[in-house]
Amino acid sequence: MMTPSTETVQSTQNSPHVPNTGSGTATTRDTRGLRRTPFWQAVGVVSGREIRVRLASKAFIITTAIMLGGILLGSLVLPRLSDAFSSTETVAVTTASQSEVAALGDDVEAMPVDSAEAARAAVESGEASAAVVPSGDSPTGLTVIAERDVPTGLVQALSQSPAVELLDPNAPNPMLVYFIALGFGLVFFMAASLFGATIAQSVVEEKQTRIVEILLATVPARAILAGKVIGNSVIALGQVALFAAAALLGMQINEDTLPLDGLGMPILWFVLLFAVGFVMLAALYAAAASLVSRSEDIGSATSPVMMLVMLPYFAVIVFNNNPDILRVMSFIPFSAPVAVPLRVYLGEGALWEHLLSLGILLATTAVVLWLASRVYERSVLRTGKRISWKQALAG
Amino acid sequence: MISLRDVNRSFGDHRVLKDISFDIRPGRMTGFVGGNGAGKTTTMRIILGVLTPDSGSVEVDGAPITPGYRANIGYMPEERGLYPKMQILDQLVYLARLHGKTQKEATANAQGLLERLGLGERMKDPLEDLSLGNQQRAQIAAALVHDPVALILDEPFSGLDPVAVDTTVEVLRDVADSGAPVLFSSHQLDVVERLCDELVILADGQVHAQGTRQELLASATEPEWELHVDADTGWVRDTGVRVQAFDGGRVRFAASSPEQANQVLAEAQRRGTVHHFGQTSRTLHEIFKETIQ
Repeated sequence: MMTPSTETVQSTQNSPHVPNTGSGTATTRDTRGLRRTPFWQAVGVVSGREIRVRLASKAFIITTAIMLGGILLGSLVLPRLSDAFSSTETVAVTTASQSEVAALGDDVEAMPVDSAEAARAAVESGEASAAVVPSGDSPTGLTVIAERDVPTGLVQALSQSPAVELLDPNAPNPMLVYFIALGFGLVFFMAASLFGATIAQSVVEEKQTRIVEILLATVPARAILAGKVIGNSVIALGQVALFAAAALLGMQINEDTLPLDGLGMPILWFVLLFAVGFVMLAALYAAAASLVSRSEDIGSATSPVMMLVMLPYFAVIVFNNNPDILRVMSFIPFSAPVAVPLRVYLGEGALWEHLLSLGILLATTAVVLWLASRVYERSVLRTGKRISWKQALAG
Repeated sequence: MISLRDVNRSFGDHRVLKDISFDIRPGRMTGFVGGNGAGKTTTMRIILGVLTPDSGSVEVDGAPITPGYRANIGYMPEERGLYPKMQILDQLVYLARLHGKTQKEATANAQGLLERLGLGERMKDPLEDLSLGNQQRAQIAAALVHDPVALILDEPFSGLDPVAVDTTVEVLRDVADSGAPVLFSSHQLDVVERLCDELVILADGQVHAQGTRQELLASATEPEWELHVDADTGWVRDTGVRVQAFDGGRVRFAASSPEQANQVLAEAQRRGTVHHFGQTSRTLHEIFKETIQ
């Protein structure tokens, strides 16, 4: 072993390749003015790529087209389905009960028979679904004969109701509230999980192909993360807007089949909160995905985030008629984008409550962005075994 | 000039780099060699700022390296990576734009480089459609597309055929001639020997030698001579030189000076016919093996 360790040899021997440049005296470029690409310019370039890649993806275009078609068709056809399924009922009547049944309107077709026995026979044979015959015992003077089930509609129609005075005839129909809640929940759930998965995929793709090392040598990790979140948010919002337009168009064609009065403000709140909430979830998805190195592991890594996305979706299905729980949900950042618009629609809560919800969501999003960029920065270069959140945060 | 000063880095309990110091001079191509796990990739990542050192510093012309300088280094990481489904021209334009080039500059640079590296016909092809050698060329283009002020390349020649190596060397040489420091690692010692102006040999996390090839040859080993005569050469042992190898009429020995070697030659001529006498030219390969042992 003759080599002296770490000996720096400094002589003036020239190498065969560069005969004219002695060591250290080559023409140097002026490197003092060098700067990084400005942060937001880098973010713009990254998000521009995300958008272009998404728009060039056949799968994305086809899915969007199919969903657009489905929504348009659904909004056109669904309200008319009830017409298609309602059928007229044939009711056997005797001369004594004919006038009473005829007064019930078009939904009931009176089939005159000779006697109460003939009416009974018509029901038994299935010619009529029910029969109405006079009866001395009943207070209405009529007996309804049916085969097995009580024909509720018919019985109700023939019953004598007390006078009803509605104090708030414009109060929201619970069924409508349910569907509106479901609509907000579904849009939020679909967009967040669909684009969350897309972001996760693109993070892992860069990690798996190792291009992220080149990117990180060029721009800060935060710029890459911000570019991904912004690019995908733009696409997600654009897609949701397109779907909303399709739904509104369908309703417009159907004219006033759905009472959409009073939905303007809730939709406005939804868009506002959705935009903020989506950024938060997108950052979480990106951070979760940066913990793994293979696309096979994305599912397990992002499942905790998936839970957070599903929370508002299931909560509104179960609790849309419970004002107290809705109120609590409106203050939880993950369910606020669905709960707040619903409360606005129901006329619950003061404006300051909604603003507070927005404030909580904004603050949480800021914290999540900070945490996510920390996790992303620390784990995106580590390949191999999956990294735990704790390891990533501890550094 | 990029300089590393007493750089240390550990991963857990494993000390990967131990007081690494060396210079990468502008306008020269510095070869970076060392066995597997010697710490080459970690060193390169620290220069790029992708990893931070536990202690020590990276300097440019005597001042701490700035993020601005780092962002203008052309980097080719050990593990190759570009987007598999993106057209190669598009990816290069994207990378150049990330470095702050305008769309126009980026496109012009990318097209020029791809033409030069022999990928002019494949610009519109997605990366995954290219052969491995061509993917490697695209990767080299990716390191050069933003007019870098310095190059740090991890194994730039692996997977290239000899013609592609030559084209690549030409391109790299142009960058070096513009005054940029160029550091590249390689396992192909013959390639390093042919290409680099200077060498840094890393072993077990330490710099074992650095300098030009001639300097290394001169300093790392005593010069050796080979002698081929008719008769047995056993007597050479008694002349005071160190015999390295010995086989009947052939002997290889190290002498402290040419004069001492000449004395051996004179003695050999006195004893019989000399078929061959000369200083052996040692290859980098031998030096490398000796150095890292």
